[in-house]
Amino acid sequence: MTAALAKSTAHSIVEASPRSKAVAGSLVILYAVITILPLLWIVATAFKSQSDAIAYPPKVIFEPTLEGYVNLFTVRTRQTPDFIAKLPPPETWYDKLVRQRDMVIAGPSKVVPRFVNSLIIGFGSTFLAVFLGTLAAYAFSRFRIPLADDLLFFILSTRMMPPVAVAIPIYLMYRQLNLTDTRLGMILLYTAVNVSLAVWLLKGFIDEIPREYEEAALVDGYTRLQALRKVVLPQAVTGIAATAIFCLIFSWNEYAFAVLLTSGEAQTMPPFIPFIIGEGGQDWPAVAAATTLFVVPIVLFTVLLRKHLLRGITFGAVRK
Amino acid sequence: MADVILRNITKRFGTVEAVRELSLAINDGEFLVLLGPSGAGKTTTLRLITGLETPDAGSVMIDGRDVTHDPPGSRDIAFVFQQYSLYPHLTVYDNLAFPLRSPARRVPGPVIRKRVEQTAELLHIASKLNNRATRLSGGEMQRVAIGRALVRDPSIYLMDEPLSSLDAKLRSELRIELKRIQLELGATILYVTHDQVEAMTMASRIGVIKDGQLLQLGTPREIYESPSSSYVASRLGTPQINFLPARLLSDVAVPPETETVGIRTEHLKVGARNGGRMVGRVHRVEHLGEQNHVHLDYKGEMLVTLADPHQQPLEAGQEVELHLVHPLYFDRAGQRIPAVIH
Repeated sequence: MTAALAKSTAHSIVEASPRSKAVAGSLVILYAVITILPLLWIVATAFKSQSDAIAYPPKVIFEPTLEGYVNLFTVRTRQTPDFIAKLPPPETWYDKLVRQRDMVIAGPSKVVPRFVNSLIIGFGSTFLAVFLGTLAAYAFSRFRIPLADDLLFFILSTRMMPPVAVAIPIYLMYRQLNLTDTRLGMILLYTAVNVSLAVWLLKGFIDEIPREYEEAALVDGYTRLQALRKVVLPQAVTGIAATAIFCLIFSWNEYAFAVLLTSGEAQTMPPFIPFIIGEGGQDWPAVAAATTLFVVPIVLFTVLLRKHLLRGITFGAVRK
Repeated sequence: MADVILRNITKRFGTVEAVRELSLAINDGEFLVLLGPSGAGKTTTLRLITGLETPDAGSVMIDGRDVTHDPPGSRDIAFVFQQYSLYPHLTVYDNLAFPLRSPARRVPGPVIRKRVEQTAELLHIASKLNNRATRLSGGEMQRVAIGRALVRDPSIYLMDEPLSSLDAKLRSELRIELKRIQLELGATILYVTHDQVEAMTMASRIGVIKDGQLLQLGTPREIYESPSSSYVASRLGTPQINFLPARLLSDVAVPPETETVGIRTEHLKVGARNGGRMVGRVHRVEHLGEQNHVHLDYKGEMLVTLADPHQQPLEAGQEVELHLVHPLYFDRAGQRIPAVIH
């Protein structure tokens, strides 16, 4: 009782007062709502019918349907009701759903191959960028490299130009090298863009790891590469995870180069989604469904790596 | 165990000469302490012996073999770093086993287990083996760090101020333990410190180093009793040795060429005035319990000495008679002049 009283009246310098906690909490909640709302809208739109999706005023309460997802994954043709009536009964629930709209499924859409392209190109370039970035950052951090500062600046400068500025030269280069509309080409391109970010981010993290750790390993008879693998990398995990997320988000969402350089074989999701056309224009529920699916891998990846991100810097064994 | 010989080692970093023409022989089974201020080249010397740095000139011999250009891993050295020595992502056990698991050594598993357990026993950390390295107290961490060196049986152990980040109590405990372990194992240790107490208590021999140069090498007693220069004299002894300009001692016989006289507390006897010619005034008395630090004013120079508070209850302002008993004499360059027999 007295302790509680003392706690409620005492003003601690380090612990926030209940009121400031409440203010901070509401601000965080407000911000969360603002950022989550568009996402929720997209998820909801994916379950609307075409007419509900474009209704004005917008419908918050509606009858959910999977039409958006069915439309996303299929190509359909319109038929006369007579023709549909003559068909054998629908085999699946989505056949049935489509026939209710006087259409039949003609085949799968291209969304799956596009999604696979995105996965391969996104994760492939992320892996390459982080791998190369780690090695380069380690070298910059540990060895006496002539002109190291100039090289680092040069690496960063590749990131300074807007993609549009280099779009045409890259397009011409890629055409000469037969890299347009190939997964390899896109992986190389995104790696090139991301590697500068990776080097800079990772150099900061590796600089923080005292070299005494590796030196101890070297004295104990490990080679430099073994020391890197056994001593440096485990401690750079936080930085590597953060860098990987940044790289993946960039290559996953990249639009300008994807539009320019891919059209068929290697097309990724960003240029694909806006061109999901239904009858009489944009098929918004299908677009929303595609967008929802498109967000999932990034969320999963981030959640998987969250442990490493939140673990923070564990240099507890070091007395500074 | 083996002996290590440095011959005329020089190492420059840019324009700074970290180590200059340093020669040093560490004998088998010896506990050699390099004593010097920070920036004296102590750590660089250790790094040159391990091969983490390559000397610009000179050579390093371990057990009669020239290893000057060998990589660190092939030199058979164990190194205890000043800090940053434990891997935070590993347990205490894995930290201790790490040096034995190195691909260069290929120690079989059961041997590793035995060595790690023995070492943990020796350092009184056996109960902590499964803890994460980050979950230890400062003293335990430092024990593990020392243990990482002790699990191996190298030619020589190099220790770079391993106790400097600990508090005074732990430091004195580990000092005694380290000496005990060294005697038990018969280990050759080159130990670097700026702490004169560590040097005095643990060393078989002390090397006093300054500005990358070895000034004097000898047993703690030799270094303390017959320092080669005023600098070496000032490195050892608490309170620090007093220096008086010789001209102020016109009435005391000093050897010719003497510029300064070095007076340790045991060289200075303080007594009641009794007709003696050296008279000083007590300026301040610091009570340390069983001892007093007495600050004396002698002709404008401050002298610090020790006094027993019970036998000599001195007070500020009091005039006392001073007697010098075999002080040390130094010439203009700070070099010691052998005492003449009075």
